[in-house]
Amino acid sequence: MPEDAGTGFETSRLKGGVRSALKHDSADLHVTGEARYVDDLPEPADCLHLYIATSEQAHAQIKDMDLSDVRHAPGVVAVLTAKDIPGTNDIGPVIPDDPLFVEDKVMYHGQSLFAVAAESRKAARYAAQKARINYEALSPLVTIEDARTAGSLIEAEQVMVLGDAEAAINQAPHSLSGRLTEGGQDHFYLEGQVAMAIPGENGEILVHSSTQNPTEAQHLIAKVLGVPDNLITVVVRRMGGGFGGKETQSTLLAAAAALCASKTGRAVKFRLDRDDDMIVTGKRHDFEVGWKAGFDDNGRLHGAQFDLASRCGFSTDLSLAINDRAMFHADNCYFLGAARIVSNRMRTNTVSNTAFRGFGGPQGMIAVEHMMDAIAFKVGRDPLDVRLDNLYAAPDRNLTPYHQTVEDFVARELMEDLASSSDYRMRRKQIEDANKDTGTIKRGIALTPVKFGISFTTTHLNQAGALIHIYTDGSIQLNHGGTEMGQGLMVKVAQVVAHEFQVDIDRVRIMATSTEKVPNTSATAASSGSDLNGMAAKDAAEKIKKRLVDFLSEREGVPADDIVFSNNRIIAGRHEFTFNEVIKQAYLARISLSATGYYRTPKIHYDRATHRGRPFYYFAYGAAVSEVEIDTLTGENRVVRTDILHEVGQSLNPAVDMGQIEGGFVQGMGWLTTEELVYDSNGRLRTHAPSTYKIPTASDRPASMNIKIWDKGRNQERTIHRSKAVGEPPFMLAISVFSALTHAVSGATGHRVFPQLDAPATPERILMAVDAARAEAEKLA
Amino acid sequence: MISFVMNGRIRTLERVDPAQTVLEWLREEERLTGTKEGCAEGDCGACTVALGELAGDTVRYRAINACIFFLPMLHGCELVTVESIGTSKAMHPVQKTLADCNGSQCGFCTPGFVMSLFARYQETDPALPHSVNSVLAGNLCRCTGYGPIIEAAQALTPETETKSRFGNSETVALLKSIQDAPVGKISFPDPVHKTDRAGFVPTSETELEELLAKHPDAVMVGGATDVGLWVTKGMQNLPAMIFLGNIPSLRTIEQTEAGLCIGAGVKYSDALTHLTALHHDLGNLLTRLGSVQVRNSGTIGGNIANGSPIGDTPPFLIALDAQLTLASTHGERTIPIESFFIEYGQQDLHPGEYVKSVTIPPIRDDLVFRTYKISKRFDQDISAVCGAFAIGLDGGKVKTARIAFGGMAGTPKRATACEAALAGQAWTEETINAACLALTEDYSPLTDMRASADYRLKVAQNLLRKAFIETTASNRTRILEAQDTNA
Repeated sequence: MPEDAGTGFETSRLKGGVRSALKHDSADLHVTGEARYVDDLPEPADCLHLYIATSEQAHAQIKDMDLSDVRHAPGVVAVLTAKDIPGTNDIGPVIPDDPLFVEDKVMYHGQSLFAVAAESRKAARYAAQKARINYEALSPLVTIEDARTAGSLIEAEQVMVLGDAEAAINQAPHSLSGRLTEGGQDHFYLEGQVAMAIPGENGEILVHSSTQNPTEAQHLIAKVLGVPDNLITVVVRRMGGGFGGKETQSTLLAAAAALCASKTGRAVKFRLDRDDDMIVTGKRHDFEVGWKAGFDDNGRLHGAQFDLASRCGFSTDLSLAINDRAMFHADNCYFLGAARIVSNRMRTNTVSNTAFRGFGGPQGMIAVEHMMDAIAFKVGRDPLDVRLDNLYAAPDRNLTPYHQTVEDFVARELMEDLASSSDYRMRRKQIEDANKDTGTIKRGIALTPVKFGISFTTTHLNQAGALIHIYTDGSIQLNHGGTEMGQGLMVKVAQVVAHEFQVDIDRVRIMATSTEKVPNTSATAASSGSDLNGMAAKDAAEKIKKRLVDFLSEREGVPADDIVFSNNRIIAGRHEFTFNEVIKQAYLARISLSATGYYRTPKIHYDRATHRGRPFYYFAYGAAVSEVEIDTLTGENRVVRTDILHEVGQSLNPAVDMGQIEGGFVQGMGWLTTEELVYDSNGRLRTHAPSTYKIPTASDRPASMNIKIWDKGRNQERTIHRSKAVGEPPFMLAISVFSALTHAVSGATGHRVFPQLDAPATPERILMAVDAARAEAEKLA
Repeated sequence: MISFVMNGRIRTLERVDPAQTVLEWLREEERLTGTKEGCAEGDCGACTVALGELAGDTVRYRAINACIFFLPMLHGCELVTVESIGTSKAMHPVQKTLADCNGSQCGFCTPGFVMSLFARYQETDPALPHSVNSVLAGNLCRCTGYGPIIEAAQALTPETETKSRFGNSETVALLKSIQDAPVGKISFPDPVHKTDRAGFVPTSETELEELLAKHPDAVMVGGATDVGLWVTKGMQNLPAMIFLGNIPSLRTIEQTEAGLCIGAGVKYSDALTHLTALHHDLGNLLTRLGSVQVRNSGTIGGNIANGSPIGDTPPFLIALDAQLTLASTHGERTIPIESFFIEYGQQDLHPGEYVKSVTIPPIRDDLVFRTYKISKRFDQDISAVCGAFAIGLDGGKVKTARIAFGGMAGTPKRATACEAALAGQAWTEETINAACLALTEDYSPLTDMRASADYRLKVAQNLLRKAFIETTASNRTRILEAQDTNA
């Protein structure tokens, strides 16, 4: 059966083929507490516990580090500093500017100074506090503004250009400029960072790590230890959430634990306390955005300029690609006309910011959505109409600022479907009328779309491997390079394999991800997990399947085309066998029942020097309408209703996809409303625990929530069963909440003023925006 | 030596570190790793377990945070963990429903949700609120967006007829058999701090008074929702700990002539129905104080005794002129609660003295009473500002005014200048404006991670305006409250 044969699948009799709404493969283990995370694994009898000491200053020269009290603290077995590193003191994923332990200069508050191994975790934590460190304080660059003033960047300013934006804006009938501050975001994976290293013989080390990137952990551990990669094995069964926070940040723990295991010859576990986790590890980049637009009477753009600046923290980490992606999404669904997108990546004395679901995309996208709201207000139209008038459209309005032609644009149809199913236009009118009364509660509503580019924009990362074994009893083991962090990747790939062999999914054992099974993998990131690993697993399955077909074809004297896999059986002409029979016979006939699979994404290329190319294989689309209400006396706010229509191509697993859509939306809503990272002027993070950093709870979920997978979705590219990536795109559906809050604040002035509301829209920011807008309205009156 | 019931039998622990949390004991000593550590401060709920307490001839199960619940507090109770209720081969209805509703993604928070839902499932008291949001507010999930979990919760209504093996007559008998088991003195050599730690579980106030006289520096532990963090986050060495949970006389609520008298050891959960009956704003406030787990551990007395400037109960207690009773071997004394809070970190508590009870006078019909809590997140957050207003009106004039705020000063504090600006004046917008101005004399709030000084002051003023508007206008003045959604 061709892979793109539509929805006419023979899966009705089969348990768990593609398109089945299967629950998570570990669901029963999750609910009973039987699912094991790294901290739950049985500890070897001699297991040590590691903890780190961290800098109490954001920027300082270390004059002296007296660790004698640490060494003599109860239960301490070893103390490790930069001097104890046999290889290279660096765990930077792209650029070597991320030391495992500080050598002489502290670059952020919370940077790891040294590690203590002790007989218990309590003893290690206690001992780590006993250091006497003499700092010579230097003045820290804390904010984007500080870094801008000091000219502190992690790389040169990047510019993306399509046509002459300045001229286009100047010649347009109207022009408008604006600015927006966007806060960062802590991942708040429920399972904090953790690793356990177990030394083997002859220098081998096995590391259980809660990481999205086992290969990188392996390579960086080997680099720190100064040993070949083949001595290090990294295994990931599952993570208790990742969201990008365990793409590079997990390496600190894995490398420190492996270093200590190598030094002591004992097993070593290292788990960070939640507060330390939040202080020590990187977050979503916060941004300052300036924009300028030139447009006609209807708000249709002639040209647009964006000036993006982000706080990268003290090191490079993944900031280059993250800020690139912010640029890639500053158009969202809109043809900007002429465009100039400038990006500055600020180096500051704060934690090195890192990957987080959307990877810079949300920060770029909300800028253009803010611009759309402002333009609509200026020309006096419904923002939905201005959005629709600016959408990409073939043949001459479909070139992105990075010169990729948008070929699969479905946002218009999707937005119109949603506007209609949600009664958007009627509700907007009702809300604006109701806002004119004297009450203190105001409402707002907005419909915003999402177009998200799928592929790692670092082209070489778009590859994946898999390894499938079939045992002589017909049971199947599936290995691939993707990691499970809750997103349902494992069940999706298993569905692909079950579908390929036309066997029940129960037969497919999903193995932990291990660098010794599938090497040289990319991080499970960029929403690429099932696209890449699903294809690699399919390739492996196809290889074994072809061997089985050839074997049967020859033995039964039937053409290969007449051999059909169906419902746990294999039909060869007039003969029918069980899958198990064929496997057994193939083994006896000395047919290999094991194969590797491989996939690399076609068509993509990108030139960073000119910021031109085709970075994305395809785009994923969605749209959301959110209605909010605010209390104009306190700034308190709630989302009262959200309607989502999201496109996933043809879903591999609708249950998993629905979970990604809703979970992504709520996480995005947190980023834009309650989640606020507060640094003090000394660069210390003041919100480093759930008591002060507030992710959404159950009651923050919109009181009315209607989520639909768009039934017209289909990937026009030959992706795995024509599905589309779904990990990150739904996150940006939450921009509708921010846009609706802006609308509600404007409602506090009877919609006479477009307010300046920044993100996250906490009660405080909303109240201040209400008061400022009302003051402006009074001036108008 | 402490005794509790677990998995149908009595567990007796001879060697107990009084500062060891139930979570540490489960994971590190019992190797029961289904219960997770997400934050170790009682805010994420990944460590939720159910605590069974004898209630007459039944067992009442309540969700608590094991991460900040000390082992001696288990004495006389039943401990139920996620492993106790089912396995993947034989799931409890709560487990099966949650799995089938796609209620887990990464799965790390899931055992905590299971146990919160289990406690609700076992709940047989129809007087208690069962709002799904209220039950789930103490469990954070970062993956699902909560929809599937809410769906599972709605499918799992409390089963009064449940033929559950939990709370059966055998469990009741086991619990009864250990109710009066003496704990004796607990002494534990702490290997990290290299000191001995003493733990006491008194069963009467007389015993408590004697202990306090002997160990005036001992830390009194009510629900441990604050002290727990001293240990898990502060890594403090507590040489002596006195656990107050087993003193029945501190857990009583009585209607007296002076008003509602609440024992200091009364859990927030147990005070809820009484305070709701007093005024619906108090019910609303209390359901936003911490989470279910926190309210099942934390005590009314603890919220007062720790003197925090951002506790949620002191503002309304001050506004309502509640009286605080303190006791020691020297006897009892009763003071207006507002005078208890001297300055930040200092309360009017003599050595050897403890908070015994608080008495809230009745709310007279001529009193306009309002209390509001402002926080970044609606549920389970600490107040940026918490205000309480008790305005006595007489024919359109303000006869009396008692106003108090939390979050505006180093202690929960009365707004005396504001009160003076109101007293004797007409209850009008003009008066309110003058009173708002007077608030700037009462407070110079701080800027911190919860709110700026400007916002705090502005909101404090606006809350007074809100109280005024609510007495005069008919428009809706409050945004959807948590209990209204996903009920």
